[in-house]
Amino acid sequence: MKGTATGKPLREANKRSAKRPAKKEKKLWELRLYVAGQTPKSLAAFANLKAICEEHLPGCYAIEVIDLLVNPQLARGDQIIAIPTLVRKLPVPIRKIIGDLSNTERVLVGLDLRSLQ
Amino acid sequence: MATVRKKAVKPDGIEKCPTGISGLDEVTGGGVPKGRSTLVVGGAGSGKTLLSMEFLINGATRFNEPGVFVAFEETAEELSKNVASLGFDVQALVAKKKLAVDYVYIERSEIEETGEYDLEGLFVRLGHAIQSVGAKRVVLDTIEVLFAGLPNPAILRAELRRLFRWLKSEGVTAVITGERGEQSLTRYGLEEYVADCVIFLDHRVTDQLSTRRLRVVKYRGSAHGTNEYPFLIDEQGISILPITSLGLVHEASTEKVPTGIARLDRMFDGGGFYRGSSVLVSGTAGTGKTSLAASFADAACRSGKRCLYFAFEESESQLVRNMRSIGLDMAKWTRKGLLQVHSSRPELQGLERHLVEMHKLIRDFEPQAVVVDPVTNLIKVGDRLEVTSMLTRLVDNLKMENITSLFTSLVTDAGGAEAAAGVSSLMDTWINLEDILSNGERNRGIMIMKSRGMAHSNQVREFSLTDRGLVIADAYLGPSGILTGSARETHEAQERAALTEQKNELKRKKREIERKRKLMQAKIEELKAGFEVDKEEMERIASEGREKDAASAAQQTVMAHMRKAD
Repeated sequence: MKGTATGKPLREANKRSAKRPAKKEKKLWELRLYVAGQTPKSLAAFANLKAICEEHLPGCYAIEVIDLLVNPQLARGDQIIAIPTLVRKLPVPIRKIIGDLSNTERVLVGLDLRSLQ
Repeated sequence: MATVRKKAVKPDGIEKCPTGISGLDEVTGGGVPKGRSTLVVGGAGSGKTLLSMEFLINGATRFNEPGVFVAFEETAEELSKNVASLGFDVQALVAKKKLAVDYVYIERSEIEETGEYDLEGLFVRLGHAIQSVGAKRVVLDTIEVLFAGLPNPAILRAELRRLFRWLKSEGVTAVITGERGEQSLTRYGLEEYVADCVIFLDHRVTDQLSTRRLRVVKYRGSAHGTNEYPFLIDEQGISILPITSLGLVHEASTEKVPTGIARLDRMFDGGGFYRGSSVLVSGTAGTGKTSLAASFADAACRSGKRCLYFAFEESESQLVRNMRSIGLDMAKWTRKGLLQVHSSRPELQGLERHLVEMHKLIRDFEPQAVVVDPVTNLIKVGDRLEVTSMLTRLVDNLKMENITSLFTSLVTDAGGAEAAAGVSSLMDTWINLEDILSNGERNRGIMIMKSRGMAHSNQVREFSLTDRGLVIADAYLGPSGILTGSARETHEAQERAALTEQKNELKRKKREIERKRKLMQAKIEELKAGFEVDKEEMERIASEGREKDAASAAQQTVMAHMRKAD
């Protein structure tokens, strides 16, 4: 959870896993999680996201955590209103999921991952 | 604009934040509550966005209070384009860091909701925008969009409550717009959260004419006008009809202004109308109302005063041409900038819009005389009650500014007097023009029905439109009332003949006397001559007698000597 505290992207760890050969899904999933400070909801959202990605997108995802308390001007670009918000930048189209991502089913629907099952 | 601000009352109790919107600060007694939230409610196209934008722009340009506009419905580009047509340069203000515009876009179909969340993102964005310009004013237009965009109303309501509390703690004056609801004031019950001041905007269409109205529904901790006030949106933004006209506190002037007709002035106690008074000229069709009005305007311009002429029947050039026929050159005054003719059809717009427009023209032109010709055409637009209330406001406002006003009123033969009477109580002076039908002729009569505060002629006078203007003729009374037209002419001719006859008679008499005097003189001379002759005779005889006496005395002496008498 270093990333959430500093606002720096947490790409390093995930890039390693991305190098591993994927079985059927080659495309990179670029996910961006917007938070505002280390609130319980933010921490829960990050943990939930990580778990889901590890399970369903092993090795082909990148999570960028943006702390709006550090970079408030970034909220404008992705039209962030609710916190936490997960934005699927890639693959297109852009999709947004708000909330702490506790409902895995809905997150999968939101990320359009259901079809992979 | 300056007068509007001048009259804004001192804040009582709660501090107020001037909106700078003409009229609104008067209605609210100084502006919206400072540091609190104001809700502006209205249907689609009622002017909510414009009102809130004007609030921000005035804040930034006139009161040195930068602002933040959070748009939920329009993008920043759209918004600045939309208000640019009203003379607001949003881009320039944004560049000068006087204004920040943030477009918040939310699309339900793009959003999936899983679990707990809050609206901290909105707070962060708002806080960032406020910080970037040092904002004192914030507009949220229209935050209700969130209800459509976010699936969980429970969270949203809790967050909204937090948002408004937060805005208050930030010390910014906020204006929140809301769509008008069916049961509640707003569609999503925003009034629950924003309850310090609620302004209601309405856009009504009656008889195909639209009127915008504004009402302050509530204002916590302050007195405010509770009526519906008409307002209009034009190229200078919103202007609400000032309510200065509510009081009867104007100064009455004793100065008189000429009517434009010398003899009419004399009928009015020798001077004309009082300055700042209102004059009604009523009459049936073709009695010369417009000519009288134009004479008044001409007289005002002649004395170097500015006059504003509202023509609801004729175009400017038609008026100029027509008045030339009675010897009034109105184009001259227009060129000199003393006269402004404003022609429009009453049906063109709603009554209130007319009123506000007239108000603006009066404010901009600052005339000393105003003519409304004819005021009855406005009745076509609104009903009697509306027209009366509009006129009351107009008349009161003119009186406040000490502007002499002349209204013409077309009355129809049937029940026309009442139509005029409906507005006559507002008027200080009422001149009635009427047709006098007699001897197969139609002539024009003029009389003063009333004139507050001055003695005036009670006669019905005949007047005619000549190429030298309006001429009021002498009054002649015949056996069947006032003599007009050819009857008067005949009467005048008879009088003239009688007068000539009299004069000739006198001359004749004078000549006779002269002749008699001469005769007398001659006789006197004659008698004198006879007298002289007699006198001479008498003297001659007398001297002869004396000579005789002397001669005889001498003879006696001689005789005595001869006789040697003793």
